[in-house]
Amino acid sequence: MDRRTFLKTSAAAAAVGVVAKPYIARAQGGPIRIGLLAPLTGVVAAGGREMVDGFNMYWEERGNEIAGRKVEVIVEDDAANPDTALQKARRLVEQSNVNMLFGNLLANTGLAVANYVKGNGMPYFIPIIAADDLTQRNRIKNVVRVAGYTASQFPRPLADWALKQGYKKVATISQDYTFGHEQCGGFCQTFTEGGGQVLGQFWHPLNTSDFSPYLGQLANLGVDVVFAMETGADATRFMQQYAAFGLKGQIPLVGAMNMTDQSVIRTMGDEVDGVVVAAHFAEGSPDPVTQAFVAAYVKKFNKLPSLYGFSMYSGAMWVDEALKTIKGNAEDRDAFLASVSKTDLTGSPLGQTVKLDSYGNPIYDVHIRKVVKNKDGKYWNAPIANYPNVSQFWKYDPVTYMKQPPYSREFQGIKKG
Amino acid sequence: MSLSSPASTDGPKVTLARVAITIGALAFALLPLVVPIYQVSILTEILIFAVLAMAVDVLAGYTGRTPLCHGAIFGVATYVVVYWSQMGGSPYVGVLLGVMAATLVAAIFGLLAIRTSGVYFLLLTLALGMIVWGVCLRWTSVTGGENGLRGTVRPEALAGHLPFYYAVFAVVGLITIVMWRFVRSPFGLTLRGIRDSESRMRALGYDVSLHLFLAFTISGFFAGLAGALYAMFNDFVSPSTVALSQSVEGLLMAITGGVGTLFGAFIGAAAIIGLENLVSLYTERWQSVLGLMFIAIMIFAPEGVIGRVRDLLTRRR
Repeated sequence: MDRRTFLKTSAAAAAVGVVAKPYIARAQGGPIRIGLLAPLTGVVAAGGREMVDGFNMYWEERGNEIAGRKVEVIVEDDAANPDTALQKARRLVEQSNVNMLFGNLLANTGLAVANYVKGNGMPYFIPIIAADDLTQRNRIKNVVRVAGYTASQFPRPLADWALKQGYKKVATISQDYTFGHEQCGGFCQTFTEGGGQVLGQFWHPLNTSDFSPYLGQLANLGVDVVFAMETGADATRFMQQYAAFGLKGQIPLVGAMNMTDQSVIRTMGDEVDGVVVAAHFAEGSPDPVTQAFVAAYVKKFNKLPSLYGFSMYSGAMWVDEALKTIKGNAEDRDAFLASVSKTDLTGSPLGQTVKLDSYGNPIYDVHIRKVVKNKDGKYWNAPIANYPNVSQFWKYDPVTYMKQPPYSREFQGIKKG
Repeated sequence: MSLSSPASTDGPKVTLARVAITIGALAFALLPLVVPIYQVSILTEILIFAVLAMAVDVLAGYTGRTPLCHGAIFGVATYVVVYWSQMGGSPYVGVLLGVMAATLVAAIFGLLAIRTSGVYFLLLTLALGMIVWGVCLRWTSVTGGENGLRGTVRPEALAGHLPFYYAVFAVVGLITIVMWRFVRSPFGLTLRGIRDSESRMRALGYDVSLHLFLAFTISGFFAGLAGALYAMFNDFVSPSTVALSQSVEGLLMAITGGVGTLFGAFIGAAAIIGLENLVSLYTERWQSVLGLMFIAIMIFAPEGVIGRVRDLLTRRR
């Protein structure tokens, strides 16, 4: 055997050894297995990491136990790609024998997994995926948005608040994909039904580096307020350029909550000051329960919690509470899902009780929150107004509401007149 | 016939190849009965992507034109099939329409691409593939944009992993035989002639452009078949299915197995999909591991696994 052949055989032997190792023993009444899908690589990897952090933080605090049964969290990377997400979901369900799936960040990955679990009834919890129709027109019984929200849910109270500030004319700028269409749609529908006017809507591709063409037009429309819907690096660049072009201070900027999420503003300076958005969670809320959570998170990870960490933490708590009432019997899926929908989350870091509507989406007291400096000199979101009991249907009747088409670039629910 | 394949002159090697193919086919036929149910879906995926890799190989290996748009052609079929099922149409009609759409797209791309060769062919096909991706991403009202389309494509009878696997196995087996006959046919031999010397073939009186066009279209037809199967497999499609990475993956599978070997596609697909699944169990940096592996293959076995084995066998003797 020459050296080369030896290398090859040993490599092959090593490969076989590796294959044999990851066999996971199965036992009834053993641990409760939770499959967690998060994008740990790809464009939104930072958010994915915070999802895992928030989720694990909860179970560590509770000693990795539900009702006397051990909890085993199996994390899989969905690579921000729906095909990969689907494959990993299959692996978790069919190979790792999980009792439930949790997670995903991007809507397209969540929708792919939702379509898969539709066929096999696996409980799937989506604290981050905000696609409207998952809890509206295309509801799947075993897909529940514990501790999550629908995209169009929070911009509506924001629009109402904007009208009350005397703003009558708005322009919107948003990333051109469904999450943006839905958030802008929610804002525009409420804003125009309340007597406001939409003077212009701009849709730009994801990862736009230069906003100057849009900012120039926004400046010349003569609007009272600008509504922006940006995520990740686009949010950073947009707010920087909004300030650099001198629009900041000239035209008030309101937006979708993901634009001023900690994951974005953590690294930013004065350009984020005073931006107003609407959300259920505000890390700057004076509520003692919220502040206790924020302090614990800061202590553990040395940064203020983002929406991702908060949502996964609360989602874990929700499932924990639900399983406690049925003595940890996660194998009985029907009882489990029924228990989840009946559970009113009392211990939420929001400091208020949260319950699900009959479509599997939570009802929240929504904060209108403003970016201000906290006592440590860091920017965070502090509430300035409150809208109690906001459901995904706002003030509409669910059945009538769902007869209108889903929001898209073409349909924004704008009332003419 | 002066262009006969080199294999036919070498008796023992042919026997060896036959034995290898039989073992391979038997493995794919029997493995699903013994492996856990999740691995069956991996095997299904391997078979489907092997067809894509074979389609790429028809161009890259047998015609000497390396395409970077086959993922897009594959994805066109997937989109049409899922769209059709969403509209409530029969899956079988959907598959037919999907394959037709993919073939049509391939024919149009072929008309444009055959004018070029070498790196220009690579770049042009890359650009054409990106057009498909762009359309799928932006034409939200039809393609669902970033979110993609969901449907229930798989017929009731094939809902389980095993029945579906064997259906795919049968179809892929048939496709493989057809493709094998195709590359060994006089037409396939002409393609090899074009690969080796375009000017000589032209001087011999062959219509090179027509041959290239047909090769491109036929290869697209096979990629479309794979795409239609993939639609049944996933019941879901999004722009990532038509993205550049899909085309690159198809090409890498063909290269890993060995270009110009056809059956290498199965080895390539098995190696890449298998490794993706295995490595990602241990590290979230699995993509880096795969990248390193490709570099290693390019350095130590640029002719692919089958090419390397063939090489070693010749040297032994």
